[in-house]
Amino acid sequence: MAAPCFFSRLWRAALALLALGSLAASQIEDQAKQFFRSGHTNNWAVLVCTSRFWFNYRHVANTLSVYRSVKRLGIPDSHIVLMLADDMACNARNPKPATVFSHKNMELNVYGDDVEVDYRSYEVTVENFLRVLTGRIPPSTPRSKRLLSDDRSNILIYMTGHGGNGFLKFQDSEEITNIELADAFEQMWQKRRYNELLFIIDTCQGASMYERFYSPNIMALASSQVGEDSLSHQPDPAIGVHLMDRYTFYVLEFLEEINPASQTNMNDLFQVCPKSLCVSTPGHRTDLFQRDPKHVLITDFFGSVRKVEITTETLSLQRDSQITESSYKEDRMDEELMEPLKYAEQLPVAQIIHQALLAEVWTLPSAPCGMLGSRSWPATFTGSVLQLVTSPVHVLSQSSELHKVQF
Amino acid sequence: MAAVGAAATHLDVVRGKRAALFFAAVAILLGLPLWWKTTETYRAPLPYSQISALNALQLRLMVPVTVVFTRDSIPLDDQEKLPFTVVHEREIPLKYKMKIKCRFQKAYRRALDHEEEALSSGSVHEAEAMLAELKEQAEGSLTVYVISEYSSLLPQDMMSYIGPERTAVVRGIMHREAFNIIGRRIIQIAQAMSLTEDVLAAALADHLPEDKWSSDKRRPLKSSLGYEITFSLLNPDPKSHDVHWDIEGAVQHYVWPFLNALSAAGNFSVDSQILYYAMLGVNPRFDPTSFSYYLPMHSLPHVINPVESRLGSSAASLYPVLNFLLYVPELAHSPLYIQDMDGAPVATNAFHSPRWGGIMVYNIDPKAYNASELPVRVEVDMVQVMEVFLAQLRLLFGIAQPQVPPKCLLSGPKNEGLMTWELDQLLWARSVENLATATTTLTSLAQLLGKISNIVIKDDVASEVYRAVAAVQKAAEELASGHLSSAFVASQEAVTSSERAFFDPSLLHLLYFPDDQKFAIYIPLFLPMAVPILLSLVKIFLEMHKSWRKPEKID
Repeated sequence: MAAPCFFSRLWRAALALLALGSLAASQIEDQAKQFFRSGHTNNWAVLVCTSRFWFNYRHVANTLSVYRSVKRLGIPDSHIVLMLADDMACNARNPKPATVFSHKNMELNVYGDDVEVDYRSYEVTVENFLRVLTGRIPPSTPRSKRLLSDDRSNILIYMTGHGGNGFLKFQDSEEITNIELADAFEQMWQKRRYNELLFIIDTCQGASMYERFYSPNIMALASSQVGEDSLSHQPDPAIGVHLMDRYTFYVLEFLEEINPASQTNMNDLFQVCPKSLCVSTPGHRTDLFQRDPKHVLITDFFGSVRKVEITTETLSLQRDSQITESSYKEDRMDEELMEPLKYAEQLPVAQIIHQALLAEVWTLPSAPCGMLGSRSWPATFTGSVLQLVTSPVHVLSQSSELHKVQF
Repeated sequence: MAAVGAAATHLDVVRGKRAALFFAAVAILLGLPLWWKTTETYRAPLPYSQISALNALQLRLMVPVTVVFTRDSIPLDDQEKLPFTVVHEREIPLKYKMKIKCRFQKAYRRALDHEEEALSSGSVHEAEAMLAELKEQAEGSLTVYVISEYSSLLPQDMMSYIGPERTAVVRGIMHREAFNIIGRRIIQIAQAMSLTEDVLAAALADHLPEDKWSSDKRRPLKSSLGYEITFSLLNPDPKSHDVHWDIEGAVQHYVWPFLNALSAAGNFSVDSQILYYAMLGVNPRFDPTSFSYYLPMHSLPHVINPVESRLGSSAASLYPVLNFLLYVPELAHSPLYIQDMDGAPVATNAFHSPRWGGIMVYNIDPKAYNASELPVRVEVDMVQVMEVFLAQLRLLFGIAQPQVPPKCLLSGPKNEGLMTWELDQLLWARSVENLATATTTLTSLAQLLGKISNIVIKDDVASEVYRAVAAVQKAAEELASGHLSSAFVASQEAVTSSERAFFDPSLLHLLYFPDDQKFAIYIPLFLPMAVPILLSLVKIFLEMHKSWRKPEKID
């Protein structure tokens, strides 16, 4: 009798241990998963195009395409610092003004209606770029031009333009060296202005720009190694210039498949644009980064996913009933007052437009101007403008009379 | 003739040698140091030793507690020993480089007549009202009243009571070890009302290495000089709902009292807006059992981003912005509930995001649709809305639910929604956080100056650094002597000065010149001058060497 009891107790103990063990394992797994997650609470992006002039169209298209992807994946304009020479869309040589295309046959206009360029034209200088990164901005700078990141921000920095071994050319007049960039990142790290940084550069000999980094938590990608040139992708015969660079083109194709909830990691980004497609060899640097790239999600840098918590508590406030009633009455009164004022009906817009069409602004003084009629004013430009100015006033006075009647 | 000529040339040669030597001497002894001095980057002197001493600063946070004993609370012979002071000091075990010690200085005394009278009234609220009129308590200090063990002021099973102002009531005991027992209870209460390890850990969360991933401690906003609070009403369907909200009245009545109670913590400004046709980024799902729509919890993080760009928060100010959104769902998606992790609808129908703000979904009463045609006029119940928003505001500031000791009665919150000692807790946490931030900034500035040799320090930047160091030391002194409000002001000044020094635009004055560029600049200037001097020096040296060796040969 004792033996089966003993065995059943043993069996139960073993089951309990197994259950405990699996619970502990899942707890450890949870902790491990948490450990591999990034500790960031907000995302920023600094997108820099360092070239100007019409033949560098592709650099502007590169930057704008990355800007579109980053916005689509969730980073708002207030968290994006976009530095562009911005002389493409309204360039005299642009056959389609107000557009910047990134695919040939004018498939995709990346300029659009809602581009918010923070530093444009001659403001894109090395000094301004370093000031944005380090935060040493003059106090009169508006908020949209600042990088207001904190120690829990993940920052994406994308640079494109013409570069060489250890330098990047800004606007054809100055250069930034890789040592300056490394020092700028060190100053950011000392002030804890970033949690993790992703640096992507698409220039010739781009890998030389990340050689000198020495601050922790930086991951870098470049489109070509030292001694290699990054090549452009496709020319468009109608526009007449090359539209995009190869590396950025394939990176964007990769990003098109990412949505805000996807779990793709950085290792996939490293495989983008192999030598067969890109002709140059893309490089990356991860030794300064603490986490393993396969645990780093693309959306950690390109998207903006926030931590949220459900609100479970409320305060209890006393109702002040008098106040709410009186305010309701005020609202009602305002509404009654507001009803008769419908200006769109009272202002005879058609009449004004008709009059404006008739105004012959550029006629000689002696030519009779129909609308001036019997007035002895000379039919000059000022005269017709005065007429235009007085006629709406005349009509407005009519409308106020109407208003009075209804009131 | 030849001898005279030879003597003349010899003199010339000697003069030539002397001239060359003088040139070389002037160039090396005078020119080189002058060039070095005039081309070095200007660095005004900074108190490096004091800055490194700040890292080893010992922070002592003192909470002055006044303990008032009524007549029957403790045995008579213990009462004879009053008044005296007991100090209880404890080190906070945080893995932070600054050691922080918490010191409760309890001053025991007997109750005065009017206090005895107040504490023998019927209920604890009356007692508090009578006691509160009499004196104003300094920030950071506490008063604990010890009443008799059998007093009816508190309910029978409750041992202590924490009031909304800085007072508490504790039951006494008739025992030999009365002082020790009561002392322990008082320390528990005082810790709940002022400083616990959690409060300090939350304040220092950004500076502690390991606790990066704990969500509780990442909730509070960073300390700043001021905050901008924006209330937005989102109406995606104006054709169906004509929404009105009396935001001005609500802000006047509920929000400003709360913010005025918090005014010691910073400047606040409040604004509001209404946005039409602003959609959430997520499509809600239909739940056939309750005929309602719901937003699952995992889709909540994606709600904020599409809306945020339309809020216009970047144009508001340079202070951190807190956004509170009230979303009235469209007719096609009404009613809309938020589900938590278990699938149950959330009672408040609201969620918040740390360091950003909160969103509440306001469902319209279905009876409003019955009689009238579209658009239906909706009058938002501001009290219900403000209850949630103010609760979220409290959470975003890090004012958590207090950890009361067992058998303790916590009084209900005041009208403003904030108890005075909660404000004190916030100020303690903010002072410590400010000191930590200021110290880190100054230390990193000193480290940067060591690493990067091209940073210029002008005189006004140096004076800001001196001011910051002095403010940190003053704040530490004030904290050690228990003056919370002046300590907080000093800590804010320390942070402002140190940030101003670190982020001064003039520090970026000289961009980097790598060594090869420096050579490229100096070689065309120095080489033409240096080559003749060096060659002549070499020649002189060789001749002298030859002339030394000649006498040897003769000998």
